[in-house]
Amino acid sequence: MIKVQALRKSFGANEVLKDINVTIKPQEVVVVIGPSGSGKSTFLRCINLLETITAGHILIEGKDITDKQTDINKIRAEVGMVFQHFNLFPHKTVLENIVLAPLKVKKVDKDQAREKALSLLKKVGLEEKANVYPDSLSGGQKQRVAIARALAMEPKIMLFDEPTSALDPEMVGEVLEVMKQLAREGMTMVVVTHEMGFAREVGDRVLFMDGGYIVEENIPKHLFESPQQERTKAFLSKVL
Amino acid sequence: MDFRFDIIMEYAPYLLKGTLITIGLSLAGIVIGTILGLFIGLGKMMRNKYLAFPFTVYITVFRGTPLLVQVLLIHFGVVPFFIGETHAVAATIIALSLNAAAYIAEIFRAGIASIDRGQMEGARSLGLSHVQSMRHIILPQAFKRMIPPLGNEFIVLIKDSSLASVIAAPELMYWGRAMSSQYFRTWEPYLTAAVIYLILTLLLSILLHSLERRLATE
Ligand SMILES: Nc1ncnc2c1ncn2[C@@H]1O[C@H](COP(=O)(O)OP(=O)(O)OP(=O)(O)O)[C@@H](O)[C@H]1O
Ligand SMILES: [Mg+2]
Repeated sequence: MIKVQALRKSFGANEVLKDINVTIKPQEVVVVIGPSGSGKSTFLRCINLLETITAGHILIEGKDITDKQTDINKIRAEVGMVFQHFNLFPHKTVLENIVLAPLKVKKVDKDQAREKALSLLKKVGLEEKANVYPDSLSGGQKQRVAIARALAMEPKIMLFDEPTSALDPEMVGEVLEVMKQLAREGMTMVVVTHEMGFAREVGDRVLFMDGGYIVEENIPKHLFESPQQERTKAFLSKVL
Repeated sequence: MDFRFDIIMEYAPYLLKGTLITIGLSLAGIVIGTILGLFIGLGKMMRNKYLAFPFTVYITVFRGTPLLVQVLLIHFGVVPFFIGETHAVAATIIALSLNAAAYIAEIFRAGIASIDRGQMEGARSLGLSHVQSMRHIILPQAFKRMIPPLGNEFIVLIKDSSLASVIAAPELMYWGRAMSSQYFRTWEPYLTAAVIYLILTLLLSILLHSLERRLATE
């Protein structure tokens, strides 16, 4: 589904990603963990080209998205992204937030987009919030709307960058619940998170990143219970 | 001191006509200046530094030189160069528009820059193009923040239109000066003109305030 080959990314002289190689299979849920500054966000942002790649290739369903010929907007329409700070559009209602991209990018007709948006809102448990502005929602509700907004484009893959880090603790659960449901439905997901419980329960595989490398990867049980690398052990001893 | 209302009455038709021309000049300056300013502001924000450079120069030159100098250059130099003769009203509109555009470009740029980067990323991540993201996400939000500084700029523009009296564009200040030199009076013509300018700028302030309030509650 996604094949990342020898991916490198530098900001000026600062090389943030150094030779990243990963393959993500359809319907797989890959959790990315690692210390702050290790390049987790940058890695995700490369997958939907929010960052320009310095070297290497990323293939999505065999299509090389780093190729100059590929239409970036088309790729992004197929790769959903959920941000730590939601990035909802404050001047648009919840419903308008969700229908915008289907209307403008996919040219879906109005009624159809609206119907789809309402069913997605129902799915994330917020159908009664369709006509309010994002500012009146709690953090957890905002993030659920952001997930619905990304899903409205019917992406093949969903990327989550610390979706619960900006939330009050009592709101983390409701967002994770939506993500678990997505995983159960077979969505391919790459999730950067500090929620180790989620990683264990839902993750098919965990990648541990440090210093711009994927230091270790394994199924959650093995990675958490018997890490092989010193750096993984050191990191886990701090967060578990 | 005797205050001669009779000469104000005598000049009333001219002052009224001048006021209408002042309003016309200002409106033209506001509309053309805003449109030009948007393009210049966007131009200055282009990633390519070489393409952005001319816009930076434009803003620097028009903000860094007196409007009076610009009015004179355009009236006696630029307009005759193109149409072969002077034209005070056209020269005033051109000068006001070009000058306001430089300030408005900066207002637009600052307004756009004040919108959180996440907004653009959120829009782009959904597959919207840069232009679509600007149009649907960034500009509507930036516009709200631009209203107060734009309002200030429009008020400055109304007041600055009085410089056109120097090149004999028949606006409010021109008639004020005509009245003053005919009767050798100071208070009557200039106080009257001041009051009319004040009324115009106050009306504009009120209008902008209500627009701001309406957008805020939306
Ligand atoms: N736009 C940028 N310009 C310059 N440097 C950047 C930029 N974005 C990220 N970096 C640098 O890249 C490195 C990796 O950042 P990244 O955000 O990918 O880390 P992270 O693993 O997501 O960390 P965190 O857990 O804090 O979110 C950091 O050193 C950061 O300073
Ligand atoms: Mg990060």
